[in-house]
Amino acid sequence: MTAQPASRKPGQPVDLIAENKVRSPFDNAWREFRRNRLAIVGAVIVILTVVAAFVAPIITPYDYYTQNTRESRAKPLTGYNISETHAEECTWYGTPLEWGCAIYLTGSDALGRDLYSRMIYGTRVSLAVAFVGSTVALAVGIVLGTISGYFGGRVDNLIMRVVDFLYAIPLLPIIILMQVYFQALGRQGVTEGIAGSLLRLNQSMGGLLFLFIAIGVLNWIGMARLARGQVLAYKHKEFIEAAESVGSSQSRIIFKHLLPNIFGPLLIAETLAIPAYIFTEAILSFIGLGVNPPIPSWGSMINDGYAGIRSNSHLVLVPGIALTMLTLAFNFMGDGLRDAFDPKMRGRA
Amino acid sequence: MSKANGSSKVLVRVENLKKHFPITRGILFRRQVGTVRAVDGINMTIHEGETLGLVGESGCGKSTTGRSILQLHRPTSGKVYYEDRDLTEMEGDELRRARRNFQMIFQDPYASLNPRMTVEQIIAEPLEVHSIGNRKERHERVKDLMGLVGLNPSLNNRYPHEFSGGQRQRIGVARALALQPKFIVCDEPISALDVSIQAQVVNLLEELQEKFGLTYLFIAHDLSMVRHIADRTAVMYLGKIVELAERQELYNNPLHPYTQALLSAVPIPDPLKERKRQRIILKGDVPSPAHPPTGCNFNPRCPLAIDICRQEDPEWREITPGHWVACHVV
Ligand SMILES: Nc1ncnc2c1ncn2[C@@H]1O[C@H](COP(=O)(O)OP(=O)(O)O)[C@@H](O)[C@H]1O
Ligand code: SF4
Ligand SMILES: [Mg+2]
Repeated sequence: MTAQPASRKPGQPVDLIAENKVRSPFDNAWREFRRNRLAIVGAVIVILTVVAAFVAPIITPYDYYTQNTRESRAKPLTGYNISETHAEECTWYGTPLEWGCAIYLTGSDALGRDLYSRMIYGTRVSLAVAFVGSTVALAVGIVLGTISGYFGGRVDNLIMRVVDFLYAIPLLPIIILMQVYFQALGRQGVTEGIAGSLLRLNQSMGGLLFLFIAIGVLNWIGMARLARGQVLAYKHKEFIEAAESVGSSQSRIIFKHLLPNIFGPLLIAETLAIPAYIFTEAILSFIGLGVNPPIPSWGSMINDGYAGIRSNSHLVLVPGIALTMLTLAFNFMGDGLRDAFDPKMRGRA
Repeated sequence: MSKANGSSKVLVRVENLKKHFPITRGILFRRQVGTVRAVDGINMTIHEGETLGLVGESGCGKSTTGRSILQLHRPTSGKVYYEDRDLTEMEGDELRRARRNFQMIFQDPYASLNPRMTVEQIIAEPLEVHSIGNRKERHERVKDLMGLVGLNPSLNNRYPHEFSGGQRQRIGVARALALQPKFIVCDEPISALDVSIQAQVVNLLEELQEKFGLTYLFIAHDLSMVRHIADRTAVMYLGKIVELAERQELYNNPLHPYTQALLSAVPIPDPLKERKRQRIILKGDVPSPAHPPTGCNFNPRCPLAIDICRQEDPEWREITPGHWVACHVV
């Protein structure tokens, strides 16, 4: 690669003649992104978190559910006595463990479960919510927003009025009520009808089904508005008209001309919305309406620990720091992507 | 360049073309509160092989005229015949197939190319849409076209942002030529370019016209721009054509007060005549096409206006053969 003049600031155009190389808009954006340190840090944390979620069993010394009441609320690093002298007495991964010889890297919770292991497994819930939430929001939002913006008229009116309606009602309380209702049905042992099958599905997803529905419903609305706005911004551009004038069909115009241009900004907006999904899950789990125990979620872990925050602050700090790090990481990454792909937006909130 | 004469074939005929845009208010119950009369009753014929210039101030409806002729806007009323087939009656696939015959070159070379497509994809799109040739043949054709418009064919995989305005306009020309159309609407193709490269693009368009026998509707916002490319010129004011004549006739013998005012602003190359040139300064601004004046559209600004101008629309008349004008006092 040709050396970059050291004086180039982010956002300044690249000297094409000096570089003499075919470069797509994507290449330019990637260069811009790499120059942004915070964004790189964010992306690295996100990637590490994803890897951790996949290889959780390998990088944790314990599972997330085995209780050990004799070692409840152990302080971080207690029992950390693996050393050459004690090597025979203690074994690191698993079997068999002698009490007092446990390795609680970040301590244990009230039920004596290893906090570090639960924190690592907790990435799965947060990332599942981030991934499913953004996929649902993107898919539904882009489809409806594009239809609305491109075809206009009555369809547009209908979709946008539904969106306005959903905006106007406070969804979080409704989702909370829905969760409470289904949990009550579950306790009564309802197994028949739609409610029964929903409950079974929810059970098999560890209690995440309603969370997914809630987060999807909450967030496609914003995406639909954004997508519609983007479509309207591009619909009257001359290159769309040019495509029409050579005889392109409507579907070709939508898939070849509109979507490739609007998808990037929407994806970036979605990255910036992910912290909110992770927080919504944490809040619902915090008030006991999230995942089923003993599945660890950072929200429910904070809930488990916050009563004893003075004496055992690590019970809140460990999941709290993880939550903060991951949401910040998504924010930094999203900001970096936005700056890289849309220089006009640089520096805006 | 072939000159327009009475015997050459009529390629495009426009009859009483109107394009009105509704102005709407309200969200839930949308109602129409007014109309923008962007194009308000235009008649013209375009002969095979000629260049018809269309000149008028910004906002007078030139682009809307071009787009309505090509059915990029469906006209509110009126007829557009291309080789005796009425385009305004065509729909869907029939219209999309007919589009092979007439193309457009756009004003803004930055907005008219999709930033996410390479030059090759852009120029090949018309061929793909009409299923012309296979991938390899299309690739060859794109290279030919790039050479034809003066672009280096080896730059085919570059993206538009890597080109200058003039080069981008050449890409737009290549795209318009891909389907070998007969008729091209050039919507201010040089207005957005540096003065230094305007002539190059005009020369290119002239060369291509000669080579392929193209017919142009050449839109510009002042008379000096179409002076040497147009065979005949139409002058437009507030949605209507006020005067249409052959080039020499129009420049030497302008009849409509608006044309006279426009011409008085154009410097004359002859220094003797230039010294005697009197600028006619028009008073006031162009009225909004949403609220055109009654009678002649030009009457609030016209130095020659008489009573009847404020009541009746002047008729579109042929004063001498080939010289049309709409004015009560001519
Ligand atoms: N899509 C549209 N909707 C509403 N009004 C329009 C639209 N396109 C053009 N107009 C109006 O029509 C008039 C003529 O516009 P245009 O044809 O672009 O003028 P020109 O090309 O001569 O500058 C302007 O007043 C403009 O605001
Ligand atoms: S009709 Fe009357 S107002 Fe219109 S241009 Fe002629 S003289 Fe002027
Ligand atoms: Mg225009």
